[in-house]
Amino acid sequence: MPMKSNETYDDHVVRMFLAASAIWGIVGMLVGMYLAAELVWPFWNFDLPFLTFSRLRPAHTFGVIFAFGGSALIGTCYYTVQRTAHKRLAWGALAMFTFWGWQLICVLSMVSMPLGFTQGKEYAEAEWWIDIMIAIVWVSIGAVFFATLARRRIRHIYVSNWYYGAFIIAVGLLHIVNNLAIPVSMSKSYSIYSGAVDAMVQWWYGHNAVAFFLTAGFLGMMYYFVPRQAQQPLWSYRFSIVNFWALISVYMWAGSHHLIYTALPDWVQSVGMAFSLVLLMPSMGSAANGLLTFNGSWHRLREDPAAKFMVLALVFYAASTFEGSMMAIKTVNSLSHYTEWTIAHVHSGSLGWVAMITIGSLYAMAPRALGRPAMHSRKGMELHFWLHLSGALLYVIAMWIAGVTQGMMWRATNADGGLAYSFIDSLIAIKPLYGLRWFGGVLIWLGMWVMAWNLWYTAADARKRIITPIPVPIPEPIAEQQPPPLPAVA
Amino acid sequence: MAYRHFEFIEKHVWTLGIATAIMVSLGGLAEITPLYMEANKVQPADGLKPYSPLRLAGRDIYVREGCYLCHSQMIRALRFETQRYGPYSTASESVYDRPFQWGSKRTGPDLARVGGKYSDEWQRVHLLNPRDVVPASNMPAYPWLAKATVNGQDIQERMRVLRTLGHPYSEAEISLAPKEVAGKTELDALIAYLQGLGIDNVPRQAGAAASTAGERKP
Repeated sequence: MPMKSNETYDDHVVRMFLAASAIWGIVGMLVGMYLAAELVWPFWNFDLPFLTFSRLRPAHTFGVIFAFGGSALIGTCYYTVQRTAHKRLAWGALAMFTFWGWQLICVLSMVSMPLGFTQGKEYAEAEWWIDIMIAIVWVSIGAVFFATLARRRIRHIYVSNWYYGAFIIAVGLLHIVNNLAIPVSMSKSYSIYSGAVDAMVQWWYGHNAVAFFLTAGFLGMMYYFVPRQAQQPLWSYRFSIVNFWALISVYMWAGSHHLIYTALPDWVQSVGMAFSLVLLMPSMGSAANGLLTFNGSWHRLREDPAAKFMVLALVFYAASTFEGSMMAIKTVNSLSHYTEWTIAHVHSGSLGWVAMITIGSLYAMAPRALGRPAMHSRKGMELHFWLHLSGALLYVIAMWIAGVTQGMMWRATNADGGLAYSFIDSLIAIKPLYGLRWFGGVLIWLGMWVMAWNLWYTAADARKRIITPIPVPIPEPIAEQQPPPLPAVA
Repeated sequence: MAYRHFEFIEKHVWTLGIATAIMVSLGGLAEITPLYMEANKVQPADGLKPYSPLRLAGRDIYVREGCYLCHSQMIRALRFETQRYGPYSTASESVYDRPFQWGSKRTGPDLARVGGKYSDEWQRVHLLNPRDVVPASNMPAYPWLAKATVNGQDIQERMRVLRTLGHPYSEAEISLAPKEVAGKTELDALIAYLQGLGIDNVPRQAGAAASTAGERKP
C-alpha cells in the first residue's frame, strides 16, 4: 500500500518535450517532403542557396533525428526514469535547462546548416560552436538521468534505464570524438582527422548514432511502453538484459560496413561485415521480446491504436535490422551501396521503427502526463495509423525498387563487355519512383498534423493549468527483491 | 557466472554506467586506433602537394554546398566501377581531405576522377543550370556561385589552420595565396577543384594505374 507523500512526479518538463517532439516532427518531415519534391522537380530551389537540396538535407536529418527523435527520447526518458525509480526527477532546474538548451541547439542547427555552416560530415554537420553546446546539454541530460537513478527507491534498475543510460553515454562519446576540429571562423572548421581515418571515425559515429540514438534509446522507450500498453510483463526480462550487453558491445564494431570495397583496409571491412551478421541475434532478440510481450494480449490491437503503432514498429525493427545485416554482406553491398536502397533501409528503420514506436509511446504517455483518461480522439489515432503506415510502405517500396534498379543498371554489361547504361539512364529509370516516394512522404506528414491536433485537444486541461501532479508511490514495496530461482539443470 | 553477479550490476547504477562505457568503447578502440597509428604511414604519393589556395577554396565550397550528399568520391574496387569511372580510389588520394568526401550516395555520378573529363566551360554552364547540358538531370542550379568572390585573407587563415594539422604549406605559399585567388569567383574556385579531381591528388606518372601508390616503405 503506497503511503501518502508530498513528492510528485515532475511531468512539466516531460510535457514540454512532448510538445516539442510533435512540432519538430512536422517541421523535420516538411523539410524531408520538400527535398523529395526537389528530386523530382529540381527547380523548386528557386535558385536560392538555403532552399537547395544539398544545403537543406542536413536540416532534414537533424530535424527528424535530433529534434523530433531527440525530444521524444529525452522526454520519455525523463518520464520513464521517474516511474521506474519511484522518484521525482533530480535537479528540476537543470532538466528545464536541458529542454531549452536542446531546443536552442535544434533551431540554431537547422537555421545555420542551410546557410552554409557545415562540417561536411553526415549527421554531424553542425559547426563546432553548436557541437560544444550539444556536449554541454548532453552532459546535463546525463547528470539529470543518473542523479535520478542514484536517488531511486526501487533497488533494481529497470531495463529501460539500461538502454537510456547506454544511449546517453555512447552518444556523448561518439559526438565528442567525431566532432574534434580546429575552428577557422564561426562558419568553418577543419576536422582533426583526414582521409581514410576520418572515414572510419565518421562511420563509427554515423553507424552508432543509428545504434545508440535510433536503436538503444528507442528500445528503452519500447521496454517501458510496450509492457504498459500490452498490460502484461515483458515476455522475458533476462532475455532483455542478455540482448542489452550483446547489442551495445557488438554494434560498435559494425560501423565499417558503410565503407565496403572502399580504400579502407580490407581487414576493417571484414570485421565490420562479420559483426554486422552477429548483430542479427540481439536485434532479432529485442524485436521478439517486444512482440512476444503481446502474447495473450493481441486483442488490444483491435482496441488500442497506440498498441498497433508499437507492434508495427517492432515488425519494422525486425525487418530493417535484418535488412541491415544483409546489406553488410560484401556481395549484397556491392549492389546496394550508393543507391536508393540505402535510403529505403534508413527510412524503413526511421519511419517504420523509430517514428512508430515514438508515436505509439507518445499516445501512451500523453494522456497520463496531461492528466486525462485517454487521448482526445481515438478516430484521430486510427487515421494517423493508416496514413503513417501507408505512407511508410509507399516510401520504402518505391525506394527499394529504385535502389535495386540503380544497382542493376550500374553493373549491367553488354555482350561485348561494355557498360550497358549511362548514369543518366539510371536516373531517368527511377524518376517516377521519386514521385511516388514524395507522395508517401506527404501522407506521413499529414499524419503528423493529425497527431498534433489530437495532442492539442488532449492537452486542454494542461494548458489551463488545472491538472494535479501525480504523487510518487512511497515507500518501496519490498525491501529485498529476489527473482525466483532458476530451474535446476538436469 | 551465477545470477548474483549480474544482480550486482542491476542494483548499482555506477557499476552499470561504467560497464556500459567499457563495452561501448571496445569496438571503436579496436578499429580506429590501428588506423590512426597507420595514418602516419600512409603518406601522400611522391611529389603530391596539398591543395593550392584556389583549389582549397573550391573544395571548401564543395563541402559548404553539400555536394557530398549526392556525389561520391570513392571508386570501389569493382570491375563495373573502374569501367565507368576509372582506376579505383586509394587512401593516399584523400590524405589532405578534411573532412573526407568519399560520400555515401550517388544521386549523381562519382566525381573522384572527374577532373579533365569535361571542359571548364561545360562545368560552368552545368553548375549554373545543369539542364542546359543534361536535360534529364535533377541536380540543383547553383547560380549564386558566379556572384560571390573568394576572400584571400580567409584562405590564408584556412591554410594556417591546415598547417597546424600537418599540411605542408610554406610561409611563402600562404603569403602568395591572396594573389592567386584575387578576382576569382566561387564558381572559378569550384571548377578548379573539380578539374583537379583524380589528377592533382594522384602522382602524374602513376596516375593511370594508381593502385598501391602511396604506401611508402620506411
